[in-house]
Order: sequence, then structure tokens, then C-alpha cells
Amino acid sequence: MKTLIQSIRLTIVLTVLLCIIYPVVISFAGKFSKGKGNGETITLNGKIVGYANEGQKFDKPQYFWSRPSAVGYNAAGSAGSNKGPSNPDYLKEVNSRIDTLLKYHPYLKRSDIPADMVTASGSGLDPDISPAGAQIQVKRVAQFRKLDEQKVAVLVKEHTEKPLFGPEKVNVLKLNVALDELK
Amino acid sequence: MNPELSGILVSFAITLLIGIPLGKYLAKMFAGEKVWTDFMKPIENGIYKLSGISPNQPMDWKQFLKAMMVINSLWLVYGFFVLMYQDKLPLNPDGNPGMTPDLAFNTIISFVANCNLQHYSGETGATYLIQHFIFMFLQFTSAATGIACAVAVFKALRDKTTADVGNFWVYFVKSITRLLLPLSVVVALILTFNGTPASYAGKDKFISLQGDTVNVSRGPAAQFIAIKHLGTNGGGWFGANSAHPLENPNYVTNITEVVAQMIVPMAMILAFGYFIRRKKLGWVIFGVMAVGMFMLMIPTISSELGGNPAIAKMGVSQATGAMEGKEVRIGPMATAYWSTLTTIVSTGSVNGMHDSTMPLTGLWQLLGMMINSFFGGCGVGILNYLIYLIIAVFISGLMVGRTPEFMGHKVEAREVKIAALITLLSPFLILAGTAISSYVFNNYGSANWAVKPSSWLNNPGYHGFSEMLYENTSANANNGSGFEGLGDNNIFWNVITGLEILIGRFLPIIGPVAIAGLLAKKKFVPESAGTLKIDTVTFGIMTFAVIMVLNALSYFPALALGPIAEYFSMLK
Amino acid sequence: MSNRSNKLFEPALVQTALKESFIKLNPKTMMRNPVMFTVEIGTAVMLYVTVYSFTHAGQGSFAYNCWIFAILLLTLLFANFAEAIAEARGKAQADSLRKTREDTPANVVLEDGSIVTRSSNQLLKGDVFICETGDTIPTDGEIIEGLATIDESAITGESAPVIREAGGDKSSVTGGTKVLSDRIKVVVTTQPGESFLDKMIALVEGAARQKTPNEIALTILLASFTLVFIIVCVTLKPFADYANTPITIAALISLFVCLIPTTIGGLLSAIGIAGMDRALRANVITKSGKAVETAGDIDVLLLDKTGTITIGNRKATRFYPAEGVSEDELVKACVLASLADETPEGKSIIELAQQGNTRISSTAPDGSEFIKFTAETRASGINTPDGKRIRKGAFDAIRNLTINAGNQFDTAIEDRVKAISSNGGTPLVVSQNEKVIGVIELQDIIKPGIAERFERLRKMGIKTVMVTGDNPLTAKFIADKAGVDDFIAEARPEDKMKYIKHEQAAGKLVAMMGDGTNDAPALAQADVGVAMNSGTQAAKEAGNMVDLDNDPTKLIEIVEIGKQLLITRGTLTTFSIANDVAKYFAIVPALFIASIPALQSINIMHLHSPESAILSAVIFNAIIIPMLIPLALKGVEYKPIGASALLRRNLLIYGIGGVIAPFIGIKLIDLLIAYFI
Repeated sequence: MKTLIQSIRLTIVLTVLLCIIYPVVISFAGKFSKGKGNGETITLNGKIVGYANEGQKFDKPQYFWSRPSAVGYNAAGSAGSNKGPSNPDYLKEVNSRIDTLLKYHPYLKRSDIPADMVTASGSGLDPDISPAGAQIQVKRVAQFRKLDEQKVAVLVKEHTEKPLFGPEKVNVLKLNVALDELK
Repeated sequence: MNPELSGILVSFAITLLIGIPLGKYLAKMFAGEKVWTDFMKPIENGIYKLSGISPNQPMDWKQFLKAMMVINSLWLVYGFFVLMYQDKLPLNPDGNPGMTPDLAFNTIISFVANCNLQHYSGETGATYLIQHFIFMFLQFTSAATGIACAVAVFKALRDKTTADVGNFWVYFVKSITRLLLPLSVVVALILTFNGTPASYAGKDKFISLQGDTVNVSRGPAAQFIAIKHLGTNGGGWFGANSAHPLENPNYVTNITEVVAQMIVPMAMILAFGYFIRRKKLGWVIFGVMAVGMFMLMIPTISSELGGNPAIAKMGVSQATGAMEGKEVRIGPMATAYWSTLTTIVSTGSVNGMHDSTMPLTGLWQLLGMMINSFFGGCGVGILNYLIYLIIAVFISGLMVGRTPEFMGHKVEAREVKIAALITLLSPFLILAGTAISSYVFNNYGSANWAVKPSSWLNNPGYHGFSEMLYENTSANANNGSGFEGLGDNNIFWNVITGLEILIGRFLPIIGPVAIAGLLAKKKFVPESAGTLKIDTVTFGIMTFAVIMVLNALSYFPALALGPIAEYFSMLK
Repeated sequence: MSNRSNKLFEPALVQTALKESFIKLNPKTMMRNPVMFTVEIGTAVMLYVTVYSFTHAGQGSFAYNCWIFAILLLTLLFANFAEAIAEARGKAQADSLRKTREDTPANVVLEDGSIVTRSSNQLLKGDVFICETGDTIPTDGEIIEGLATIDESAITGESAPVIREAGGDKSSVTGGTKVLSDRIKVVVTTQPGESFLDKMIALVEGAARQKTPNEIALTILLASFTLVFIIVCVTLKPFADYANTPITIAALISLFVCLIPTTIGGLLSAIGIAGMDRALRANVITKSGKAVETAGDIDVLLLDKTGTITIGNRKATRFYPAEGVSEDELVKACVLASLADETPEGKSIIELAQQGNTRISSTAPDGSEFIKFTAETRASGINTPDGKRIRKGAFDAIRNLTINAGNQFDTAIEDRVKAISSNGGTPLVVSQNEKVIGVIELQDIIKPGIAERFERLRKMGIKTVMVTGDNPLTAKFIADKAGVDDFIAEARPEDKMKYIKHEQAAGKLVAMMGDGTNDAPALAQADVGVAMNSGTQAAKEAGNMVDLDNDPTKLIEIVEIGKQLLITRGTLTTFSIANDVAKYFAIVPALFIASIPALQSINIMHLHSPESAILSAVIFNAIIIPMLIPLALKGVEYKPIGASALLRRNLLIYGIGGVIAPFIGIKLIDLLIAYFI
């Protein structure tokens, strides 16, 4: 009984320390970060068009496309596809994504397509694509927007991040915002 | 060098740079020697005073375990009801509903047990109140429970003959104030300043560039994610866990999180050596664990970088490796690295979906959880290792012609009985659980549950079997990761994994503490030239062999039907 | 004991053991061994399946099931045989000892003094009997009256007769030995059927054999492994259902029997019995299996100097005359003083004198009075009719003698005495008419090869302690020379006790050997107390082993026997478990290959067919038991190379070897089977 009372009292004391003081202090410190502790947003023409770190759906021909998403880029319900590597349905789906890509990018060979453009990300909110994934779309975007292909290619290059550690990547939202800003 | 490879090498280097001195510090701190964090003493004394605890009271192993069990039971009961009625409590800006009783049962056990298997989704299943006052609270306390119990074992094995294993409350509180909380502040700040939300603002809404209306889940996540890793808990703020771009925004946060989940388990091993004044033993154990880790990690990385052979046949380029379920900013190598660590140390957080990894990767992930003591969870890793150690000591003691002894105490029938029981427990829970799941799937496919058994597998065939095997293994190992395709939010999975987590958590804690307590009470036998030295490479190899053989023998048939069969059938 | 055989499998014993193997199939007996008991259950189920498959389909062919059943039964019989042969061997040993004491007539003295003849096995504890020249002593007892020379060769193999007399430490007699001269009255000290030998036989026969703590612990561990494999095999059924793979009961039971540690399970009790048997072969009777096990753990060995470290007794090596005394004079005096001295020291003085140039007489002058050694005077000697009073004795005894007589004690003699002591010798000071005339140096002869044995012990991690009545200086010299780690000088029985307690308080296990009644407390206190068979009944009761040879170096052998016992257990456990790896690779693909052809890739041995793979594994599992029986009985060799090196060695041989051997064995058996199919 004594132990139980000690336990209850300790639980209360630690709740104050760990669930109130600690998070509030961090939350306060977060106000000084880039996104003020709410997550960093991106604006175009004064309007918030998305979160820098969260991917969004891009499947219209004038934009660089994002990766396939198992949740259709629902930022309130992240998830991966959880398809196993040998799942026949899944493999069929991948195959049809390849076909779709080839349809919209008739100039591509299969071997030009990087795997990330035909596989769903872990979160379903991947903000990035591989540089190869962006490069294969340059021609389509340029053609659709009637832009100089070279200009779009330069834009992609500018948006290709090459960190010291970790893979190279292109943030699709930032690239597309820059694309929209070109006009 | 390849920036992905250098990325994981840097991660590992940082882990060592922090883990090693942290181990020395923990040994000193728990032994009550002077350390630089002594400025926390007034706060601790305040906590003791407010809680009515006398910190100097010695405890024998039974009293120690009683205190541990009482407070853990309290959390179980109290948490269960709060989860069920979360919708009626404040701090619910997104209007999430209350949990069903079976989900609440599973969830509360899962968090009390440092498992963090999540059958709910963070965005829609738990309110901010729950996330902080129950989940985050338990992420601190469950880790501290494991650490406290490990320190009790340290103390029992250090003193020649003693009944006193130390005061549970003191080890517990100090684990928080001197280790978990300060480190959490550091990690949370790194995350916040790299883009992880930390404010109490609720869901946001915006219109995307393409014109879609998008709802965005946010919330005070950084605080939670910090302890989620430091305490080897693994429960994500968001459903996608650390694959989520807000939970793990960039490569820096990825390194931070993967380092955070390794440093305490690693430090605890070395702390063991320093605490019992057998530095070399600590390093030998460390060596065995590190070898085990690399043995699982290297093939994992290689199988992920190799890509999916079925997709390779389609002719697309897999230059970056297998990408299904992975994030571009993290890449397959860091995901593979993480997946090994998260399964060996029982964190269970993921930065890529395990269900979509290659068959052999799944094999190594499963094996990591089955072994569950290559570093292992906070405190419990060394406790699990102790069981293997007792068995290794017993067999090799015989092999050198002495009745076995461990740290100067004879290992006799009682200790072997406990060790044998604990060894037995994992295969029992994992295999029996998987057998029942398979049986239900085979025979009661249409049972009227929230998720019908016939539809709970997300993948057919061998991979489907792996999903069930993984779920049971993860529950028993208190890991919490999953082959998440499994439809696990129904009464069957909630109850069965709930029980597995509960038993798989507490018996493997009670067992080693009891063994250490029993040993410590025995007469101390000094070492002689004929005594088997356990801080040698030879004995390290012996322990490693015991670990590998025991696990291989227990799980080979199950693994053969899951990942191994899938692997070979994909080769053709 | 000339009829003792070292052959492992004597036809007669094998026959008994074969019969026993079947008798031991009784489930009640099997239950003592959980591992083999589960095999028995599996065999019973297989019998049912075999019968069932005769009329029904779906569980494999009748012939195949028959084969599996037969092999499982064979596995059980092999395991039983291992135990039975170990028992038979032990029993044969003990029987040959017991034969010596069967049905000897005893002349029992009744209370009224009359004498009746009874058979020896009717003698009760407390009965008194009389033995005369030529009689065989009917049972163990203690002399209460008289003295006799006794031929103990029947027990010890030593042909020289020994003297036994009432009172003191040489009073016990053993049944089966023969009185060569004189007449003794003996009181029976054991109830019929309760002599050490009887106890030992009971231990070996199994009825009274209790598992030792270590055996219990190992059994628990093996039982838990068995449980793990029960789980593995039971759960395999739903797994296989999921994969749409029908598994026959025969295959499941085969897998189970192959996986559980049957090798060590079948040999475990044989190993224990063999340990006691090996002790018996070394002429040591152990009162419990635990004592043998404990012997392997011994940290400290208390050894008496005399007889263990040094050969018998001291020998005179040199005469040192005092100033003004000629060597001739001294030698003559010494010889005179020693003529009546029957002690080995006394004899050696005469021997030494004979080697010199002095002419000595072999008889004392008529009318001489011999002075016997007493504890008070601590000197002996002679008073000759011509008035010479010659004494030889300990340094301080003679010094007191001379000083009391008012004579000076030469300091040169004192220096000589010290010099001799510090060289490990024992000085014997000689006086004539209360004047010192010289010193005799007595030296201990250290047994050849004993230093190497101590070195071996040191490598085992055992500390040797020499116990001696010598003064510290002498003791230290001998201790250094023989290479013991410590010594107790001027030891009294209670000093031994104190030393043992001191070491035990530090957590050490102590072994000692003793014979006298005053050794009894120490023998009881020691963790392993070996009483000499020639010792008193009290000593024999107090110890937990009895050495029939009265050989003090036996302790070293006993320690090795204990270690061997533990090592054999450990290595065979390792071997047994390591075997499973290969068995998995044989059976698991065999189980699933039909429905999951991809798993052919793990059939790394390329076994002929699923049936042959399973059969090969089960056959290998069965025949490995009899193949290892010789090893179990002889024990795995102990090498004092340090614990880590030993572990490495055994891990390599029995661990790695245990992984590889079955791969080869199963493949060979499979090739053979494939040839017949």
C-alpha cells in the first residue's frame, strides 16, 4: 500500500516535470526556429502553398511530378504502401506506373526511369525525388510550358541538393514554385 | 566517398563518440560517485520528498521488483482508462475519438512495456493529451524502468555478497533526471530547429499549388520524438513514424535520431563493465554485440542496395537501390542501417517501411528482434544478454572442468531454471503466437472482427506469413516496429500482442534481476587459474555461438517458411 | 584386484546391459530423464501411426513408418544401453570387491563370553568377534583388544603386511583382509549392507543414485531445450497449413527427436556413473556422486608432507661431531644409541654409519639399558654398563638436558642446528653423559616427479598446502623444494581445521586426506575429505571418500577424475546441440520441398529424397549415442592448460566438430540409403 501511494505521488510529480515543464520549454524554444515550431511553410504570391518538408500531389503535366504515394499525399494520414517485394499485385501496379510514365514521356527508355518514380515512399508524403527523377521530366515540362528545355534543366540543377552526407535530392514543391515564378 | 556511405559511417562514429563516455558517466553516476550532473540533486531530492520516498533505503531483489511492478501496474490501469475516454478529455484539437477497450488494452501495455507497437495511427488515433501525458510520459518512465532494473543487476554483481540491490526509486528517478531528460532536451532542440513542429497548434489547412485542399497534422512532436529514440521506445507521433517528413525532416535529423536510439543501449553495456569494475568484460560484451550488429547490418545494406529483383526485371533503373517504402532524402543505405539498429535495440521506430524491404532484410530484422540483445533496449538489452551469458557460463564452465560460476558465484539449479525459463519464453511467445495467428487465418477467415482474418494480410504467400511472424516477434521483443501492412487493429491482434508484450517485457526483467539477486546472496568464490574467465575473447565467442545457435534452432523453420522461402522463390 | 579389466565392453557386461536396456524402457524409469522420456512418447505415437498407416493413407507408407519407429526405438535402447553398461561396469568393479568378503565364518563373542560361529552377513553393528592367525576378517570393524599383522592385499593390492592394534589410529580392519599372525578382538562398526562398499554399489546401481546439483541444473537446461523444440515442432503444423504443405506425423516426430539433445540426454547418467566408476578403478570409494563433482572444483589441497611429498621418512645423511670429538667417537655413540631404535630414522642412522669407515658393532654390550622415546623427554638412547649415557633427540630437549646438568651448550652446535634446519634437514643432537658430542643431520627425500605434479595442479588453479610437524624453517625449505604454494608447520590437527575454515571463509573449496581420529573433524569440514582405508572408523565416517590404497597422492587423481566428469558433460552437451544445425539442413528442406520447391536451395547436403533425408538424420541421431559411449565412459581428457585455452580447445573439437560431423555423417548415411532405395 505504501508502495502504491509512493507510486501515485511519483507519477504526479513526474507528470508535471515530463509532460508540462519539458514540452512547454521546448515549445517555447521552437518559436525561435524557422517555422516558429509549426513546420516551415512555403508561400507563393503571399499565399501558403505548402510545407517545405511535406510532399504534395503533383500529377498535372505542367509540374514536376512527385513520387507515387500510398495515401495520395494526405498530410493528415501518412503511410507507406506496405507492399511486399514479391507481391504480384504490387508488381503489376509498378508495371502500370512505368507504363504511365512512358506514356507521358514517350522519349524515355525503361532503363532511364529511376526506381523512386515508380515506387511509393514510406510516408506517402515524400517531398523529394531523385535528380534523375527530375531530369526525365524536364522535356515534358518544358514542352508543356513551352519553355526552353535548357532553362528548365538549369532550374532542376539549381534545385538539386547535394548534401555532405546522404543522397542527392530535388524538393518537388520548391522546384515547382520556382517554375511557376519563372513566368 | 559515396555520401550515403559516409553518412552512416559518420552516424556510427558519433554514436561511439557519445556512447563510450556516456557509459563511463552512467557507471559513476549510478554508483553515486561525483559527476558533473550533481547539480540535479536538489531537484531529485524535491521529487523524493514530494513522493514520500526515502532514497537511502536499501532494497533486496524482491522489494526492488515489487516497487517496479507496483508503479508499472499503476500506469497500466490508469492509462487504460484515459485512452478509452480520450475524446472526453481536453487537448483534442483534431477531435479524435476514444479508443476501443481492446485497442486501449494493447496500446497501454505497449507503451508501459517500452514496446510502442501502435495499432492506432498517430494523426487520427491519439489526442495531444494522450500523446504527451500518457505516451511521452511512459516513454520516459518505461525506459527508466529498464535502466533501473539493469543497474540493480550491476550492483548485485559488483558486490561480493549482498542482499541489497539498491533502491528502485533512486535508480529510476536518476535515469530520468540525469540521463533521459537532459538528452531529450538536446535532441528535441535539434529536431525543432531542423523543422520538426514543437508547438501546440492543431491541424492546418492549405490549398496546394495544384489546387488540392490539404489538411496537415502537426503538434508538439519534437519533444516526443526525442524521448521516443533516446528511450528506445519507437512510437511515432505520426503514423509513418520517422519516415514522415515532419518527424524526420532531413539527413541531420536522421543522424540525430539514429544516434539517439543507440547511445543509451551502447552506454549501458560499457557502464556495466565500469560499474562492476571489470572494464574488460564490458568491452568484450560490447565486442560481441557489435559483431552481431555488423553481421545483421552488412547483409541488410547489401540486400537493400541491390534493389528488388522483380522490379529489376521490369527494366527500370535501381541505381539508388530498393525504393518502395523509402524516402528520397534518407536513401536506402541509411534506411537499411536504421532498420538494423531499430530491430536490435528494440526501438522499433522506422524511417522506411519494413514490410516493403527485401526478403533477406526482413530475415535480418526478424533475427535482430529474436535475439534482442545486440545492445538491446534501454537497460533490458544487458538483462537479456545476461540470460545468454548464464547459459554460456554454464556450458563452458562444465567444459573447463568446474561447476559453473559467474562473477564469483556458483550458478546452480535455481539460476539455471530461471535462465532456462526466460530462454524458453521468446520461442514460446513468438512461435505460439504465430501459430495461433496462422491457425485463425487458415480456419476462421471470416470471423466478425474489425479486421477480418481473411483480409488482415496485405501481402499473399510467404510474405504474408512473414507479416504475422514479424508482428508476434516485434511484440515479444518489445520492439514495436511492424510489417505494417498487417491489419492489426482488431480484437485478435490487440489481445494477443498485448499479452505477448506484457509477458515478453516483465518476465525477462524479473528473471535476470532475480538471478542476480540470488547470486549476490551466495558465498563469493575468488577466481583461480582454473576459473573460467568471462572477460576473454574466447568466452565472447562462446556467448556469441550460444546466442546464434539458440536462436537459429528456435526459429529456423519459421524463418524458412517466411523470408527464406520468399527470397529463394524471387530468385527464380 | 588383478582381475580388474580395462576393456570397455566385456561380453558378460554387454549381455547384462543389453537386457537392462529393455527393462529400462519402463516409463516410470524413463521419467527420470525428461529428454529421453519425450523420445519414448514420440516412439509410442510412432507405433500408433505405423499401425494406422497399415490400413489408412495420408501418413506415409507403412514401411517408411516402420523404419522410423524402429530407429526411434533403437535410439531409446542405445541411451538405455549407455546407462546400463556404465552401471554394469561399476557393479562389476564393486562386486569383485564384495566377493572378497562374502560369507566368511565369524567367531562371535557373546555377552556371556562364549563363542559361536556365524556367517559374516549375519553380523550386526556392535557384535564382537575374534580373529586368529589365518582367519579372514569377516567384516569392517575396529580392534578393541590385541595386535595383529594383517595382509590387506585383497583390498589394496599391496603385498607387505601391516600391523593393526587396538587403540590409536591403526585400529580399523577391513572385511576380506587376512590375519597373518596373532589374535585380535574386533567390534563390528557397520550394519550388514551398509558398509562403504555397499553404499557405493547402491550408488552405481541407480536405486540410491541421486542426481548431483550440477546434474540437476544440466537436466533443467536440457529439459528447457526439449521444450523449445516441442514448441518448434508443434507450431510447425499450423505454419505448414498456411503454406499448404502437409506434414506427416512421422516427419514431425523425426524432426523433434533429432532436435532435442538426445545425445547428451542419453549419455548423461552414464557419464555420472562412469565418474564414480573411474574413482573406484583408482581404488577410491566415493560416498556420493556429488563428492566426485566437487573434487573437480577443489581450490586448495591439503597434503601431508610425509608419504605425499617426501618418501616415507627422513634419512640420516651426515654426522657433525662437536669440537673436540672425533667423528669416529660420534658415530660409535650414535650407533649405540640407535641399536634399539626401530624407527626408520634410527635404522637410517645405522645404515649411514655402515657406509662410513668406522667399524661398528651390531649389538649393544650386555646389560645395556635402552631408553625409549617419550613425548616428555623427546629423546631416546642407551645407558651402557660402562656408564655411558648416550641420548639423541630434538635440539631443545638435549639442550635442556645438558644445561640442567650444569654443562655448557656449545654455540657452534647451535649454529649447526640452524644451518641444518634451514636446509630442510632435521637436526638430531647427540649427547653423551649430558655433554653434546655432535649432531646428526636427517634429510627428507622429496619424491621424484612430485614437483611436476604440483606444477600441473597450479595450472589447474589448485593451491597446494603442505602439512607437516616440522619446524617452520625445515618446512619452508621442503615446501620451496617441492614447489608447494603454502605450508603449515608444526601442525596440530586443529591447525588443519583452522586452515580449512579460513580458506572456506574466503570461498575456496578444500580437499584433504587423513587417517587418524583426530583428523575426523577436519575431514568432515573439508569439501572433499578422503579417508585412508587404514585409518580409523571415525575418519572414514567423516570423509566423503575412502582410499583403499592409502596413497596420499591419490587426491590429485581424484581432482582430475572430477574435472573429467564435468568436462565430459559440458563437451557432450555442446556436441549434442551443435549437431542440430546439420539436422535442420537435412530435415527442414525435406519437409517443405514438395510444396515450396524454392527451398531446395537450403538442401545444401543434396540429400537424395525427403524420405532419405529424414531417415538419415534420425539414423545419425541414433547411432551417435553408442558411438559416444566409450567417450562417456572414459571421460574427455583433462588438460591443465588454463581455463580459456581448455575452453577454446573443447569448443573447437566438440563445438565446431559438432557442427561439421553430422553434415558428413548424414550425407554418408543418405548415400547408403539411396543405394538401397
